[in-house]
Amino acid sequence: MRVHADQEKCCGAGSCVLSAPDVFDQRDADGIVVVLDTEPPAELHEAVREAAAICPAAAISLS
Amino acid sequence: MPIAETLDTTLDFPAARASGCPFDPAPDVEHARREEPVTRATLWDGFSCWLVTRHQDVRDVLGDPRFSADATHPGFPFLTPGLRELVDGNRSFLRMDDPDHARLRRMLTADFMVKKMESMRPEVQRIADELVDRMTDGRTSADLVSEFALPLPSLVICLLLGVPYGDHDFFQERSRVLLTLRSTRDEVRTSQQELLHYLTRLAESKHDAPDDGIISRLVARGDLVDTEIAATGRLLLIAGHETTANMTALSTLALLRNPDQLARLREDPSLTKVAVEELLRYLTIVHSGVPRVATEDVTVGGRTISAGEGVLCTINTANRDEHVFPDADTLDIGRDARRHVAFGFGVHQCLGQPLARVELQIAMETLLRRLPGLRLDIAFEDVSFRHDMGIYGVHALPVAW
Ligand code: SF4
Repeated sequence: MRVHADQEKCCGAGSCVLSAPDVFDQRDADGIVVVLDTEPPAELHEAVREAAAICPAAAISLS
Repeated sequence: MPIAETLDTTLDFPAARASGCPFDPAPDVEHARREEPVTRATLWDGFSCWLVTRHQDVRDVLGDPRFSADATHPGFPFLTPGLRELVDGNRSFLRMDDPDHARLRRMLTADFMVKKMESMRPEVQRIADELVDRMTDGRTSADLVSEFALPLPSLVICLLLGVPYGDHDFFQERSRVLLTLRSTRDEVRTSQQELLHYLTRLAESKHDAPDDGIISRLVARGDLVDTEIAATGRLLLIAGHETTANMTALSTLALLRNPDQLARLREDPSLTKVAVEELLRYLTIVHSGVPRVATEDVTVGGRTISAGEGVLCTINTANRDEHVFPDADTLDIGRDARRHVAFGFGVHQCLGQPLARVELQIAMETLLRRLPGLRLDIAFEDVSFRHDMGIYGVHALPVAW
């Protein structure tokens, strides 16, 4: 699984950070999403899928 | 079949809840969700718009930039005279589209991000404990709304914004008028002007005496005029008060009405985070719909919504959609409710949700831990629910312990 987050789309509400804190964080300056781990291990895949599903701005894509 | 033929009915909105279960959405709107999920509604002023009631359709509308949040569009549906007045007065980014919305909102995202709110936990906990200390000092009963549920988020948002808490009677009274469905336009106009005037003066005062609150920081940026700062401050102040306060009181009541769930949470406080998500889903206090207007023809749930037509997304029915939440009408504090749309969806999704979560988790955990004998002090039938407000909850919650 490869994780990509579109920082232009992100509205900074942080739901991804709550779902998968090992994979997503928010930039200190502006709260916009950063991907900490673009190829997370299998045990995190479900949490990452959930993060993508609840992201209100559809900013997270998985491939 | 032509649409006009299938949609000759229209629902009066907001519709009344059933008398028996004040936690459930209005039966008429729930019926619409099952039978006619994208339907027509008539509002208080005779205005006609679409009602979108299912989980997926609500996400489709709120996530689609072809639906505008800009209330200056002629087709925009207003739930109250107050909300219309807010637009004529001074718009906040809640009623703007990108890129204006994103520009203003991004000035605040850092202030509400998860890490920052998590770091506030000790402070919020201290406030919660102090409020319980004061409430229980020599007494065995109190109104939970005025002594705990409201002052907690009020103290916190004032702290974050740099607004003197001593003025809370002033802005709580004004925000109550703005959110009451039956306030007259004159009442609303006066409250609105007083609130903006107050915040504009506050912003001015921060030029000379800055602090580390959000209003000071917006002033220090230098690229916003004081009235823009006042509109943003008003949005945060009202949102910061009304939502968490009502969620706290209503959540407490819902748990008292579901003693098995209450016992489960008391037994295992580590369920608090999950339970709060479920309470957000089950109660969804923004109960009268999230407004948008179509800027192009868009098909939603099989219906064509034409350019210029207004839409209300009823997020409380979306959160009772059994396709997403099996047995949706049951409060089950152990379920994974994270897909709820209680904070909205799309780029306007609640900016303050990390703060709301921290406050609600601390509020519920503190109440249950500190008040093991917590119970309702009046008959359930006598609880006064906020049917008349844009944000649902209870007007007061007399409890004993
Ligand atoms: S959930 Fe989506 S919008 Fe929210 S911070 Fe994460 S990427 Fe950004």
